[in-house]
Amino acid sequence: MHKKLNFEIIRTIAAIALSLLVAFIIILAVSKEPGEAFKMLLMGPLSSVRHFGNVIEMMIPLTFTGLAVSVMFQAKQFNLGADGAFFIGAVGATIIALEMSMPPVIHPTVAIIFGGALGAITCMIPGILKNKWKANEVVSSLMLNYIMLYLGIYIIKNHLRDINAGTTVSQKFPSTAKLPKIVPNTRIHVGLIIVIALVVILYFFMYKSKHGYEIRMTGQNPMFAKYSGINVNKVIINTQILGGFIAGIGGAVEVLGMYSRFEWQTSPNYGWDGIIVAILARNNPALVPVGAFFLAYLRVGADLMSRMTDVQNEVVAIIQGIMIVLIDAESFLSYWKKKRTFKEATSKTEIASQNLKTN
Amino acid sequence: MKTLFNIIFSVNFGYAVLRVTTPILFATLAALISDKAGVINIGLEGIMLSSALAGVIVSAATQSAWIGLLGALIVGTLMGVLLAYFSLDLKADTTLSGIAINLMASGGTIFVLYLVAHDKGISTSLKSMVLPKITIPLIDKIPVVGGILSGHNVLTYISLLSVILMYILLFKTPLGLKIRSVGENPDAASSVGINVKKVKYLALAISGMLAGFGGAYMSMGYVSWFSQNMTAGRGFIALAAEAMGSSSPLASFLAALIFGIADALSNSIQSLRLPPEFVQSIPYIATIIGLIVNSAKADSKKAKAEEEK
Repeated sequence: MHKKLNFEIIRTIAAIALSLLVAFIIILAVSKEPGEAFKMLLMGPLSSVRHFGNVIEMMIPLTFTGLAVSVMFQAKQFNLGADGAFFIGAVGATIIALEMSMPPVIHPTVAIIFGGALGAITCMIPGILKNKWKANEVVSSLMLNYIMLYLGIYIIKNHLRDINAGTTVSQKFPSTAKLPKIVPNTRIHVGLIIVIALVVILYFFMYKSKHGYEIRMTGQNPMFAKYSGINVNKVIINTQILGGFIAGIGGAVEVLGMYSRFEWQTSPNYGWDGIIVAILARNNPALVPVGAFFLAYLRVGADLMSRMTDVQNEVVAIIQGIMIVLIDAESFLSYWKKKRTFKEATSKTEIASQNLKTN
Repeated sequence: MKTLFNIIFSVNFGYAVLRVTTPILFATLAALISDKAGVINIGLEGIMLSSALAGVIVSAATQSAWIGLLGALIVGTLMGVLLAYFSLDLKADTTLSGIAINLMASGGTIFVLYLVAHDKGISTSLKSMVLPKITIPLIDKIPVVGGILSGHNVLTYISLLSVILMYILLFKTPLGLKIRSVGENPDAASSVGINVKKVKYLALAISGMLAGFGGAYMSMGYVSWFSQNMTAGRGFIALAAEAMGSSSPLASFLAALIFGIADALSNSIQSLRLPPEFVQSIPYIATIIGLIVNSAKADSKKAKAEEEK
């Protein structure tokens, strides 16, 4: 078991290294200052407190969506609705922030829970459609992302819009609703504490509770889960509700922590990034912040690179794609694994045969 | 309501339906052949997007729309093969491989677009070409029908032709038989000497090429430029259309047509003072409803079959 984990870590690191290598080759091909560009990509985030702060700021939404996706993927549900849930969660928080007046602390709490509820509904729909009519959750959740995007923009535009602003943005949040900043010179906000708490809770939930066990069993072997008395359908739906809720909270926290008003014209795509984070973390909640940190670091580095040099930050997209495939690829490095297993097996048989001889 | 009626029953609307169905139809056929071989091609969206950009770049460089189309098809085919490599050789999950392709394409196209056009949004600074429109002799003289059927982009006719070709390929050729048997039961197929991997590779290459046609149409027919994420979920809609008409190319064509109608509707009822966000969601809502109807149908059929046993 331990060896297997080691192998997974080595493979993940090898996949990251290989995708960075490809990125380096691309940068070498297109840039007039490849050395500077690559240095910015890898070291840029460490250049100042503000830049490192940016990494942590971005890590917060990525951890939320990474957790959301990993919970759903643990049950082997390819619900891709986290993006829509994140977006509509942010819209939900905006509604509460602007339409209700409440004392501080309570105001953002209610807004975040409401955002989470909307997210939960978003991810629940593909689950119900699958349970009731066996509709493929991949396609239905993809469609829901678009519907939630348009629904959200409709709500902002027609009910919460600041008519004095040039673009479609909501009115400014009252100070009671905003999440306070916690680190000077950065925009790091209370959301960091919320998300760390969530990571701890989810880790114990997934690996130490009965519900978590049921979710993992359902994902690993639904037939076995069914015969051992687990209500698989219920687990599948609940998992997606939970995933959507987490993603919705993430959207709410992001908009109340980072912005003074709702200003997205399109999805910030954190739901999709959540898939990358979940894969990097191998769907383990405890590893999700690590994956989120890595991805955020890469993003901030790429942004700095595109600002300071002639390489555009979209090069990260290529790194991400290669990473996903290689980390998930069973065959990647399997030759090496096979060789090692073979070595172990032969050494064991040798020991065994020697033991036989001495006996 | 009367205006809605007027919009739907007009020559313009009929023409528009075929126009917007074309990319969805190509992608639906692409989804069909990969599904027949037992692989769900989630990467269609990204393949279309990459081909759309390839068409623009190659046609701008060569000043030939046809060579541009060829470029788009080559890129599409290669990406289909790449997906096959990811899932068959590297043994990564097919859905995740498709997602990876989509992510790489949505960022990668912007990256390449900036390199060649120095703009991250749109390719209008490139002098790219457009594939010709074709007037069908005789038919264009018929009132109404002529207006709907004639004068489309050449790729629209190729897409309609592809439905028939797909039918022939799948049901009348040895390769089609191999593809279907690999999709239905790979173990059985391999036991009679079919090279399962090779057949899947081929199916995904054809799937990529068809998506390439769809992408080329987007940037060299539907409009005359490439803009970021211009496929706007058509690859995903195609998956739903294919699911709706699963067993046959003709049924898939009809399903694609339904989504085309929803899409055309969303373009033309914008004059009705409905909120544009609602109108824009129509194709996606229609897709979900279509998915439910189809899955429910398949489910009840299955239940019936089991009862009869």
